Amino acid sequence: MSVEALAEPSPVGDLVGLHRTALAVREHILAMGAGAVGTHVGGSLSAVDILVALYREVLRVRPDEPGWPDRDHFILSKGHASAALYATLAECGFFPVEELGTYGRAGGRLMAHPTPAVPGVEFATGSLGHGLALGAGLALAAKRAGRDKRVFVLMGDGELQEGSVWEAAMAAAHHELDNLTAIVDRNRLQISGSTEDRLRLEPLADKWRAFGWQTSEVDGHDFAQLVPALRTPPSAGGPAVLIADTVKGRGVRHLQHRKQSHFAKLGPEAYERAVTALRAAA
Amino acid sequence: MTTALPESDRAAYRAALVDLARADTRIWCLDSDMGGLEKQFQAELPDQYVDVGIAEANLMSIAAALASTGILPFANTMAAFASARALEQVKLDIAYHGLPVRIVATHAGFSAAHYGPTHHAQSDLAAMRTLPNMTVLTPADAYETVRLVTAAAYLPGPVYLRLGRNPIEPVYAGDDAVGTDLTIGKAVELRAGDDVTIVAAGALPVRFALEAADDLAAGGVGARVLNLHTIKPLDVAALVAAAEQTAGIVTVEDHSVLGGVGGAVAEVLAEHRPVPVRRVGIADSFCARPGTHTEQLAAAGVSTAHVVAAALSISPLCTSIWD
Repeated sequence: MSVEALAEPSPVGDLVGLHRTALAVREHILAMGAGAVGTHVGGSLSAVDILVALYREVLRVRPDEPGWPDRDHFILSKGHASAALYATLAECGFFPVEELGTYGRAGGRLMAHPTPAVPGVEFATGSLGHGLALGAGLALAAKRAGRDKRVFVLMGDGELQEGSVWEAAMAAAHHELDNLTAIVDRNRLQISGSTEDRLRLEPLADKWRAFGWQTSEVDGHDFAQLVPALRTPPSAGGPAVLIADTVKGRGVRHLQHRKQSHFAKLGPEAYERAVTALRAAA
Repeated sequence: MTTALPESDRAAYRAALVDLARADTRIWCLDSDMGGLEKQFQAELPDQYVDVGIAEANLMSIAAALASTGILPFANTMAAFASARALEQVKLDIAYHGLPVRIVATHAGFSAAHYGPTHHAQSDLAAMRTLPNMTVLTPADAYETVRLVTAAAYLPGPVYLRLGRNPIEPVYAGDDAVGTDLTIGKAVELRAGDDVTIVAAGALPVRFALEAADDLAAGGVGARVLNLHTIKPLDVAALVAAAEQTAGIVTVEDHSVLGGVGGAVAEVLAEHRPVPVRRVGIADSFCARPGTHTEQLAAAGVSTAHVVAAALSISPLCTSIWD
């Protein structure tokens, strides 16, 4: 065992590095939003800190060997936030940051919804309600094989309106998948408005508990909460869900809490204004 | 050596699956409360068995994830649910990723008979054969089922195996069967003939085709019978040869007349060798009255008599019959 492995890691990770990476990822998202095809800006910005915490401090992955058999698995079930995932993967070394400029463009591989052609992407997502069942399958395979690996699935809150999510929630609890952690990006907005106005989710934590999940709630933008919560595996006997309280459009003041930020194709002026706001708030 | 055949293709499949799984721990049985698999499979091989519940979307996604780790899952449900309720999971999680999931879909066509349209699957071939990467198999009897399941177990990509519900007569009998070349993607010529060709897929359609060939032979018409056990990849060479060597093609299927075997054959021949094509299949309608499988198919336009009439309607044959 190496000396490094014996050292106790900081319980909250490298806070300065986390913030630096998160800012870079948010800048990439805005740049992709200013590209030829635009992107789902609001839900990407709300997911950034969760993704950065996972990839920087929690997931056991090898950027230079994405298919490493002993890796932990991450599935971005809310595939609309591809810009956040691609930017995080690039910042963590899975592929060159320069490639982000090819987002959604012909000749490249960065489809605007994630595909496994992109290094680090496990499954194609973007049709909502698939990720949790895929994660349950990966977790089941790992448990049966006796492999010590964890599986993480990030879902949107609006996504929880898909019935297939709850099929998977039942299966994961029934099969006692205590290597599976779900995260809900609870930004409270879907494209048409508030989740509570469109199709009510609350009492959300009670729903997960009733389905047999260990349930906790965290501030989805506070690394001091996110990193320890994500590092802690579920207790033996069942899966865990973190309901991460987040803000749609997080980091760009005039986009925050606004359903209009759901998708944006930013013109040059809108892009400059957004980047300026982002850096001012950082 | 001749072994006794199980009574239905789904029973034959289950026995074959247990045999395969005994020999290879990567072969898993995914159940969605089909009934019986818990006794036949789980009791003996619990580590290779998962019940996902009455949850077909979940079934397909979990199967895909397992397959991505090197497991070879057989996902068991009914054709109606595999091809409609869970089609998006089949399309995205399985077919898009090209994962080696074997979707085993029983109760296909009208084989659920008196249960009616809730359990009829008359559009599944149309849905499945248009999915990239998918292999689509429609065995004609229990023997062919066992052979195709065994051949399909180690294909690199996804497979849709279309099975029925009911006891079926064997197409291949005794020792003759052992010598038959059953290769995925290669149609089997069950009868030679140079006047007209009948292309059939599935248990009852193949039986109707053989009976029709007998009737036509009695009238002096030589009907070639091709058993199209693989809908995808299609045996283009056998179809084009039949179009070149006979007056036209009759297709027979326990499936909508739209988009299935008839559709696939017509597409190929329109491009490669346009000849008269007659499609015997389920008329574009739901079957809402109870009856046996055979009765319901006949009411929808699929029977031996329909095949004979279709064959005779191909113009050169009409001439030869009535001259």
